[in-house]
Amino acid sequence: MNGLMDDAAFSRALKSRHRRGNIWQRFFRLSTIVALLALIALFLNIANSAFGYALQDYDIAPTELVEGGDIASLDNARLVAMLAEHQPRRLAVYVRDTLSMVDASVFTTLPLSRVLEGRSYPEALASATIPEVTADDLQTILRDNLTHDQLVSIIEEQVIGINVLRTWSLTDSLTNRAQIEAIAAENPRANLIFRSWLDLNFLSSPMSGNAAVAGIRTAILGSVWVIVITVAFAFPIGVGAAIYLEEYATDTPLNNLIETNIRNLAGVPSIIYGLLGLAIFVRALETITAGRTVLSAGLTMGLLILPVIIINSQEAIRAVPSSIREASFGLGATRWQTIWNQVLPAAMPGILTGTILALSRAIGETAPLIVIGASTFILSDPSSPLSRFTALPIQIYQWTARPQPEFRAAAAGAIIVLLILLLTMNASAIFLRQRYRRKLTA
Amino acid sequence: MTTNRAYAVELKDVNIYYGEKLAVKDVNLSIAHQKITAFIGPSGCGKSTVLRSINRMNDLIPGAKVEGDVVYRSQSLYGRDIDAVEVRRRIGMVFQKPNPFPKSIYDNVAYGPRLLGIRDRKVLNEIVERSLKHSFLWDEVKGDLKKSGLALSGGQQQRLCIARTIAVEPDVILMDEPCSALDPIATQAIEDLMKELVKQYTIVIVTHNMQQAQRVSDYTAFYSIRKEVETEGKEKRWGVLVEYAPTETLFNQPSHEETERYIRGEFG
Repeated sequence: MNGLMDDAAFSRALKSRHRRGNIWQRFFRLSTIVALLALIALFLNIANSAFGYALQDYDIAPTELVEGGDIASLDNARLVAMLAEHQPRRLAVYVRDTLSMVDASVFTTLPLSRVLEGRSYPEALASATIPEVTADDLQTILRDNLTHDQLVSIIEEQVIGINVLRTWSLTDSLTNRAQIEAIAAENPRANLIFRSWLDLNFLSSPMSGNAAVAGIRTAILGSVWVIVITVAFAFPIGVGAAIYLEEYATDTPLNNLIETNIRNLAGVPSIIYGLLGLAIFVRALETITAGRTVLSAGLTMGLLILPVIIINSQEAIRAVPSSIREASFGLGATRWQTIWNQVLPAAMPGILTGTILALSRAIGETAPLIVIGASTFILSDPSSPLSRFTALPIQIYQWTARPQPEFRAAAAGAIIVLLILLLTMNASAIFLRQRYRRKLTA
Repeated sequence: MTTNRAYAVELKDVNIYYGEKLAVKDVNLSIAHQKITAFIGPSGCGKSTVLRSINRMNDLIPGAKVEGDVVYRSQSLYGRDIDAVEVRRRIGMVFQKPNPFPKSIYDNVAYGPRLLGIRDRKVLNEIVERSLKHSFLWDEVKGDLKKSGLALSGGQQQRLCIARTIAVEPDVILMDEPCSALDPIATQAIEDLMKELVKQYTIVIVTHNMQQAQRVSDYTAFYSIRKEVETEGKEKRWGVLVEYAPTETLFNQPSHEETERYIRGEFG
């Protein structure tokens, strides 16, 4: 120890140094465990709601309507006839809910040529109003305009009327079997089924006011449309801005100010972007976006993730070794040739990873969509950028806010879908990064 | 065009600045056509800076500024109507650390010609083969041109970079310490290659290794550092060209005492 410290003092000090180290190590391990437990609790909680026993009955059992009970095997004409037979007074309501092109307040007073503009209806009725249309004509209109799926879901909801009387969580279902069966026995008309709220029907059915038949197809399609528009808008602009800032912009105060601001924008709460989107895309540009549509939502989400894409892309571009740029310039490449042939390919894995992570943030965002006014109840699938829409997080939010407990089970199913979607996107980001890293080093 | 064919590049009263800071002062130098010229000197003397001013690589550094004149084929390289892109195609560069692109060997060599717009597969094949043969790499890689350039050894990578440079058929090749990252055997290979290349190209090499300068070069330029105390504790430093002579003369009968001390290893 060369007189610095005697051996006894050294070993005493060493012990205390190790002890301090061990305390920190334990603290770090505890942090990891807490994070892990939180994640496990989340998954269990969702799974607990999404699966379990449900007690259901029907207003009219499907087997009473058609032999074998398979409604979907009937054609449109039979379905409409069935609807007319069992709900003769509500035909106009179905027209209003599914086909009307005008506001509900003028639905009964405007002529059909306005109410059903662009739909098919008997020529002779163009100037008639809804109350003047006969039940037969209403049937014709429903038959000619609705899809088979739409009719089936209306029948399920309005005629068959599956009612969920009660649901049990997964833990209850597993531990309280006897009690559940006792309750079921009190309702001889109802059947007790073990139900996975997340199944193929759930994925492929449109929204419904009845939890038993409600699905998330409309919401999934809405989310996909929004994300597609978000990417189409934010990716080229974000990468373009990053290229400009990294490769062209000089170190002037103005450019520094711009960069600082972009960094700050990335931290602005999403609801503020919602307000911005509401003011610009929904209101000011209404003639282009048609208001509260997929297009407005996609552009708003694009604005939201634009700063993140710019920052991630800048970092990816900056990480490209300058030796590659020099080599390219040294061979007589122009700046653009260098960027296009060397910088961008080398930066692409980083850019893509950053973009995918930004998108997975966007797909789960709820606040901006609420602000710009995504529909909370909509039956028709989005079919163009100018369609009204709903999205997965909106659907989840709306279902969990309902008083009926069975909707919380449906919401849990939708949450699982959303989580799977997010995990898939994040996994693909990791996969891309690994693949390109191998390519660049080997 | 042919006024000064003995000289490939002439530097006249060149001062180079990085921002406000003077990096190199008053360099006057005529680089002989199809000879190897070596730049030697202690670290920080600006020899690489001068080298990079010859093909305008300094343009890429924000704030870098060149005063005076660099003349190539009777044209001032810093003239108003001169495009740096064209300068770099005629005056190529090989860097200190081998820097092949993360692409195949073939694509590395074909990169330069493709930049010029050559797309014909046959022509490209010929250029690639010729360039790799010229850089003594062909026999080692001819079976495997699709392999990544990064999979080669350090010495092979550097020869690939040389092949890539001569693929655009420059007049002058600038080499910035091309062997400093290589082992002695790979260094030997590069030196042999330089002696072969000089039959067609003018070569300027920056080196830290005085033996290397003696072994390969025809002319040697010795740079050194000048200092001036500006204010208390603040010092200004810049590089100057001390002596420029045929290599044998410079190493055996240096005319400056500073040169003599440097080549005897007393500083730097």
